[in-house]
Amino acid sequence: MDSILYLLGGFATALEPMNLTFAAIGVMLGTAVGVLPGIGPALTVALLLPITFKLDPGGSLIMFAGIYYGGMYGGSTTAILLNTPGESASVVTALEGNQMAKRGRGGPALATAAIGSFVAALIATAGLAFFAPILVKLAVKFGPWDYFGLMLIAFITVSATFGSSPLRGLTSLGIGLWLGLVGIDQLTGQTRLAFGVPNLMDGIEVTTLAVGLFALGEALFVVSRHAFSDDAPMAIKGSIWMSREDWSRSWRPWLRGTAVGFPIGALPAGGAEIPTFLSYTMERKLAKRPEEFGHGAIEGVAGPEAANNASAAGTLVPLLTLGLPTSATAAVMLAGFQQYNLQPGPLLFVQHPALVWGLVASLFIANVMLLVLNLPMVGLWVKLLKIPLPWLYGGILVFASMGTIAANPSVVELLMLVGFGFLGFVMRRYDYPVAPAVVGLILGPMADSQLRRALQMSLGDPMILLQHPGSATMIGIAVLALIAPFLFKGLSRFRQDED
Amino acid sequence: MNKFVSGLGAAWLAALVAAAPASAQDLELAITAPAGAGGGWDSAARSLQEVMMATGNAKSVQVINVPGAGGTVGLAQFVQGADGKSDQLLVGGITMVGAIITNDAPYDLTNVTPIARLTGDPLVVAVPASSPYQTMADLVAGIQKDVEHTIWAGGSAGGADHILAALVTQAAGVDPAKVNYVAYSGGGESLAAMLGGQVTAGVSGYGEWQGQIRSGDLRALAISYPEPIEGIAAQPLKAQGYDIELVNWRGVFAGPNVSDDAKAKLEEAVAKTVASPEWKELINARGWSDYYAPSAEFTDFIASETDRVGSILKSIGLAD
Repeated sequence: MDSILYLLGGFATALEPMNLTFAAIGVMLGTAVGVLPGIGPALTVALLLPITFKLDPGGSLIMFAGIYYGGMYGGSTTAILLNTPGESASVVTALEGNQMAKRGRGGPALATAAIGSFVAALIATAGLAFFAPILVKLAVKFGPWDYFGLMLIAFITVSATFGSSPLRGLTSLGIGLWLGLVGIDQLTGQTRLAFGVPNLMDGIEVTTLAVGLFALGEALFVVSRHAFSDDAPMAIKGSIWMSREDWSRSWRPWLRGTAVGFPIGALPAGGAEIPTFLSYTMERKLAKRPEEFGHGAIEGVAGPEAANNASAAGTLVPLLTLGLPTSATAAVMLAGFQQYNLQPGPLLFVQHPALVWGLVASLFIANVMLLVLNLPMVGLWVKLLKIPLPWLYGGILVFASMGTIAANPSVVELLMLVGFGFLGFVMRRYDYPVAPAVVGLILGPMADSQLRRALQMSLGDPMILLQHPGSATMIGIAVLALIAPFLFKGLSRFRQDED
Repeated sequence: MNKFVSGLGAAWLAALVAAAPASAQDLELAITAPAGAGGGWDSAARSLQEVMMATGNAKSVQVINVPGAGGTVGLAQFVQGADGKSDQLLVGGITMVGAIITNDAPYDLTNVTPIARLTGDPLVVAVPASSPYQTMADLVAGIQKDVEHTIWAGGSAGGADHILAALVTQAAGVDPAKVNYVAYSGGGESLAAMLGGQVTAGVSGYGEWQGQIRSGDLRALAISYPEPIEGIAAQPLKAQGYDIELVNWRGVFAGPNVSDDAKAKLEEAVAKTVASPEWKELINARGWSDYYAPSAEFTDFIASETDRVGSILKSIGLAD
């Protein structure tokens, strides 16, 4: 009951005109940097730290939270409209979102992303308010073996779901896993496959691969087909708002996405990517019309976008209760706490309840503001798609290269982008799905270090993966997901033989 | 005579740039933080930026993030880009010393000009609250009994945390190559492993685990600072009879081949900044400890740290 009292007090704090202003500034800044390539929310918060030093802690932390949520949301806009995911968490959004945009349904795609983000963040923030202390106790029990099991599920389901056959999916995943080996190994500090190139020492940047495979590969593919098609601009068909059918197809994915995103986001090494992949796979399996997936199914935008924002709220659980930043933005926010001599951790809720609950309340308010700010913008954004194709794709090429250069000013990075662009073109040409490659690059290094950590703790005994019930269950699910399709296929063939 | 001539030369140079009188207040600096936003070097660079500008020791300061490979990517770029330049600084620290050795980096800290050592933070050796180990002596006895099952958690491989775990193992009379050290990407993730009871002991910057130590979720056994620190109950390893000291220090460097004049100017600006009450207040708020040393002392210090870190990394098999 104390929680509710504190939360009401928090709303009183957050609704002060000054704090409302801070939330509004944060949300706008966040959306802007999310849309602009190259500048992420982490850098924005870092740049603002010295300026906010003179402000009161409540106000500036509220603003940072606004930037965080805004950035998460803004990233999806470019993914949907331009097939250029600004961050790894919006890679999945680009899959169906961009297909929808191409079919003239950019408006509903943006709307379901906005409303889904709102719903997810609202529920997840409530979860943060009431379950943070309990959740964190469970989250730290999640050992390296459990993480490995979780990633195994993600690998299998993703490569089995994307593409026309599991073999093609696995091939693409393999490319990603191989690329993920490049760079300094976390457990030994030794360099792998960098060939003395300093830019490769920290591994291959996920956004470089994603933008190369998605945006550049797509642009090249469209150019190569250009001779065979007329280049009418993508027309906007029907309403730019969501129809009744869109609503009824969206609300379940929103809730399921939230249910996946929040707990995984709350894990100290969970992140925002795994839940978006899992949510996409889940929606595809549960969809009434799975054949629409890959051609602009609204469920494939609604679910992952909700998962993305729910996990953003989830990462605040370890930040506030343990002082444990699980994303770059959270790390900068931690520095923000420290400059006011506040130590996030088990004592923060006890020592500074007004501040914590003020922050939680302002997250709710930031959410409402995001929705108010973004829904009217949808109409404006979709106008982008009326640009003639050659211009649009030319613009995407400029946008993609600029973003890569801004994030990492080096020639090597740009050459890699072009190389991945060609790879993306070849994969598209021969019908290999590109998403599993990105999944491999993101999760490969994580799975690698988690497995080796587990083995280090068991002194090399692989049975440790099966001794813990959590990891044993997850590995079981992964194995089932791998063999089940073949089993069913074999079984139906067997039955046919009998007939 | 020589001094007189160079003095004359400096005066002539100063006259040449008469439009800008040669005082520290006119410095327009760019500080390279060889890490992404949010890390220790980034916040050190941004703190320096803030206080240098607030105290008027520099007119403008810009922070550039060049993340990667324990700071060695930023170092390489700095060595190439700041050659002979009087307006470029780089932040670095003990982790960079280790990364240069383990990555076999093309440039090391002898390629840059040390300006000043700024801060030094104690590391803490801790165990989960549920651990049977109550004191440092218990942990050392545990290491002697079964070094392989004494699982350590800490930051990146070859970093300061790893080195301290190796030094403790060595002090227990066990081969440091046997240390079972599980590397995490920073104090946060290793904290989760500690609270989850997946490891025996852990090493981290004291500040990062401070909250859990105060709340009793972790038990601090010792700190690595040479002397006791006010407000920290855990005693130094030295005071507990182990001849170990390790400080997570950070400092600033100028580029290679910087003129004596420009170097002196940078040294003065940093020295004045560090002496200001604003700096004291800021490092207190961040939970850092003042560990200032001027250029000459810092240069010797880096040489001895490089030797020490190199030999311990060799003994744990991360360098050859």
